[in-house]
Amino acid sequence: MITLQWVYGLAGAVFAAFALLGLRDAGNPRRFRNGAFWGLMAASMWGGDRFGDFGNGLLVLALVGIGALGLGRSDEGDVAPDTRAERAARHGNRLFLIALVIPLTALAGTLLFKQLPTLVDSKQATLISLALGVLLALAAGGALLRAPLALSLHQGRRLMDQVGWAAILPQMLASLGAVFALAGVGEAVGGIVRLGIPAGSLFGAVVAFGVGMALFTIVMGNAFAAFPVMFAAIGMPLLITTYHGDPAVISAIGMLAGFCGTLMTPMAANFNLVPAALLELRDEYGVIRRQIGTALPLLAINIALLYWFAFAAR
Amino acid sequence: MWVLLGIAIIVAGFMLRFNPLLVIVVAALVTGLAAGLSPVAIVAAFGKAFNDTRYVSVVWIVLPVIGMLEAYGLRERARTLIDGLRGATVGRLLAGYLLLRQATAAIGLTSVAGHPQTVRPLVAPMAVAAAEAQAGDLSEAERDEIKAWGAATDNVGLFFGEDIFLAIGSILLMKGLLEQYGIVVEPFQLSVWAIPTAIAAFAVHGFRLWLLDRRLARTKGRETVA
Repeated sequence: MITLQWVYGLAGAVFAAFALLGLRDAGNPRRFRNGAFWGLMAASMWGGDRFGDFGNGLLVLALVGIGALGLGRSDEGDVAPDTRAERAARHGNRLFLIALVIPLTALAGTLLFKQLPTLVDSKQATLISLALGVLLALAAGGALLRAPLALSLHQGRRLMDQVGWAAILPQMLASLGAVFALAGVGEAVGGIVRLGIPAGSLFGAVVAFGVGMALFTIVMGNAFAAFPVMFAAIGMPLLITTYHGDPAVISAIGMLAGFCGTLMTPMAANFNLVPAALLELRDEYGVIRRQIGTALPLLAINIALLYWFAFAAR
Repeated sequence: MWVLLGIAIIVAGFMLRFNPLLVIVVAALVTGLAAGLSPVAIVAAFGKAFNDTRYVSVVWIVLPVIGMLEAYGLRERARTLIDGLRGATVGRLLAGYLLLRQATAAIGLTSVAGHPQTVRPLVAPMAVAAAEAQAGDLSEAERDEIKAWGAATDNVGLFFGEDIFLAIGSILLMKGLLEQYGIVVEPFQLSVWAIPTAIAAFAVHGFRLWLLDRRLARTKGRETVA
């Protein structure tokens, strides 16, 4: 049977390729750190189940140490703009078709593999289909564009180095949620929040969750970081445990309520301040000012959607 | 109540711009210590959770595909598409760009467009040109406002398109976190719930762009009267 282990095998191979190509990236003064960082990720994908809990904890500490010291990157391996323009003219919208292979395979596989529980682990159908989609897209690229696999891996490594240590941020925040759950953070915050929400008011709890996601995101500049906090505080103890809301709706729309906060905060410098500088605006907050009028109504809509789909419409 | 110290550390650490990875590890240590766990137990608990949520980082296997497509001109092709929006009013131009940005982000192509890739070289100058055709010459402040609309439209399109793609960091972060509380969901179940908000975002931002067109038309009227 095809399980998540196969996906981890593939992901380990991709990270190992990033590590090896990174080590050979002569233009990057910190190439040994990059090699070690992605090498550890490959080790985690391949051998994580054999390291033991404490061993995995040490692996995380090593990743954090290297990440905090700082990774590097180089522009080596960029394809010349003229070549890209010529290829774009030649291949046209076929490029978008190849890109569509991944989401279409993931969608079709998610639906189809549920019917084949002996062949594929149906609980992990989406992730297995995603991995399959990547392989199919690479094959399609080889057939239609004549793109060699080595080029794809090399370009992938270049993009990976642009993301840098931030690549493991979502996994780290999901893991932090485990420590929060173990320590009873949700119960502690739930006790405090219940003081502020009218007793027994489901709508009050939904508003507190949505507005809380936006506010925490405004303060921290990052909806990913706000999510484990608000989930432990209100999402899990009140919306899911007490009021039996749909966890998928609560999470998905709660995260989008956080994104409304991202539109309104100078803390999210990449999205709000860097473009203002890039466009040479005199008003540093010019972009944020144009976004508030969209963010506030959309936050209200998200709260209404969450209330409706997670509770009322069930 | 001391377990809440971890939350305070997250908030303060992110605000003060320490390396987020360090902030997370320190917050986990402090939270665990406050709950009476030993340092070894905390490291082990974090390590176990990290190993159990490896699929969150599986998303990066799409990078070789995106890198391949970009090497074969995907960004240049996206630019050609955006260039085809030329000639409309600024509101229609930006609404078209919003739709394009949401649609490409929804199939995982978050980096084919963006502030350096498309807004600065294409969308902003095209928007200013369209606005000047609508309202006559613009002041510096008005030009800045139109350019800012371009950047804002890019952000709205990205944020409320990307979560429809199921292999994006935020979707798998949610799956991983829910699993830590014993709730198993498929990424697909999460990503479909991004669709209603994506439609609402297009409606709200599109309506504001339509208002912008109307305001520019009035500006032109005032000039001819004067």
